[in-house]
Amino acid sequence: MPAASLTSIRSFVAAPVPPRPAISVEGRRAFAFKGVEKRFGDKIVLDGIDLDVPAGQFVAVIGKSGCGKSTLLRLLAGLDRPTSGSLTLGAEEEGHSRTRFMFQEPRLLPWASVVKNVEVGLTGIAAGQDARQRALDILGEVGLADRADEWPSVLSGGQKQRVALARALVGQPQILALDEPLGALDALTRIEMQQLLERIWLAQKFTAVLVTHDVAEAVALADRVVVISAGRIALDLEVPVARPRRRGSAELARLEGTILDRLFG
Amino acid sequence: MSFSARLHANAIGWVLPVLVIAGWEAASRAGLMPANVLPAPSAVAEAFWRLTLSGELIRNIGVSTARALAGFAIGGSIGFALGLANGLSRLSRGLTDTTLQMIRNIPHLALIPLVILWFGIDEEAKLFLVALGVFFPIYVNTLLGIQSVDPQLVEMGRVYGMDRRALFFRVILPGALPAIFVGLRYALGIMWLTLIVAETISASSGLGYMAMQAREFLLIDVVVLSILIYALLGKLADSLARLLERLSLGWHPAFQNG
Repeated sequence: MPAASLTSIRSFVAAPVPPRPAISVEGRRAFAFKGVEKRFGDKIVLDGIDLDVPAGQFVAVIGKSGCGKSTLLRLLAGLDRPTSGSLTLGAEEEGHSRTRFMFQEPRLLPWASVVKNVEVGLTGIAAGQDARQRALDILGEVGLADRADEWPSVLSGGQKQRVALARALVGQPQILALDEPLGALDALTRIEMQQLLERIWLAQKFTAVLVTHDVAEAVALADRVVVISAGRIALDLEVPVARPRRRGSAELARLEGTILDRLFG
Repeated sequence: MSFSARLHANAIGWVLPVLVIAGWEAASRAGLMPANVLPAPSAVAEAFWRLTLSGELIRNIGVSTARALAGFAIGGSIGFALGLANGLSRLSRGLTDTTLQMIRNIPHLALIPLVILWFGIDEEAKLFLVALGVFFPIYVNTLLGIQSVDPQLVEMGRVYGMDRRALFFRVILPGALPAIFVGLRYALGIMWLTLIVAETISASSGLGYMAMQAREFLLIDVVVLSILIYALLGKLADSLARLLERLSLGWHPAFQNG
């Protein structure tokens, strides 16, 4: 994987990124799948996946429903084990959670305030006043600082998903696995969320793996798009477009076309 | 809802009982209702005053309440503990649930003859019946509450590294709480019902006993008074449960305006 091209994209947008005790991006591996197979009974869901992802990369995984993309993500997050093959994860850093999972649904605890829900992301990492402060900080980043003490039930769908994003990020994960988290949002809220996600990813430099069925979303956000079909990787495509990207540009449209051709060709 | 609006809504619930009592009084005064069938509300109020002055009423209410609460504490805590155990452990559920479901289908008041044979008319008899009556609604609803906790939230808790203890106190128990409260309110109703029946049949003190004594001496006003007091005690218990519910389920959309 040409880390150089990645770095060049980064330096192009190396705008106002606050210094963090960040995970180093260059030359490190976030995770690697080697010959991973996953079967449920007789049904082969993943059939020999090889995927090497360097730390800090934004990978989008696309496929039709039932192609195994969600299973891939669940393996990565440790929610499932591969039937055969191996999954290697990069070294874990002090004070960071390794992998965080963002679900399709917000899955907020209805009986806990917004800030308490975010603190769930610090289970085993921080507690008490420290946890609350970190939760409030990250809520500020997703633009919900003023809703910290409200119940989740009064929030809109997009706001709930922002709280879920804050919960996923508050532990400063090295890998963020996103399982179509924007699928249920309306089109405008969705674009807003994509921009928010991109901004935070640029600032925190975690490795993002986004499972989506939206090709436009994939090319707008990702450094690399992986198309899965019938349990195999059918296409592994770089998206060498500088950020910030302009939605609907010819370059993105061309990539989108390539991917759609592969999906339906 | 504002405080005054809430007061207003509460007041509306009392309009009908007040009208019924007024009509009843009028019917008695007009001679439509003979006093040996149903005494006038004023006569009942007199009986209330008489028994309050003699201390009899307070003593009997005290005795009955103490019995009710003791039985509730015993049956409720066993029901809650078993509900938790069976909701959380497949083994425990497999072991006990069939038996409990069989026992549940026996009307607990049908055991009165047996209970009298076992315990006589002592306190244990009343405690046993109340505890048995209260046990099932608490058990069934606690179990149901735990089984209906959203599995997606449980998975989320696991993914975010909660241990079993945190999972229980932060996800499972709060999720089961609305159902547990339904069980609690239902159990409070059964608690009074059981106690009154048990006291009516076999006791030497308490409200049920007071009503039976009054029947022997044809004091219909005292009988009616006892019945009214049951109604008030039942309502009081239910209001307390609702208050608890409102305090602990503030997050629930159903309680955010109440």
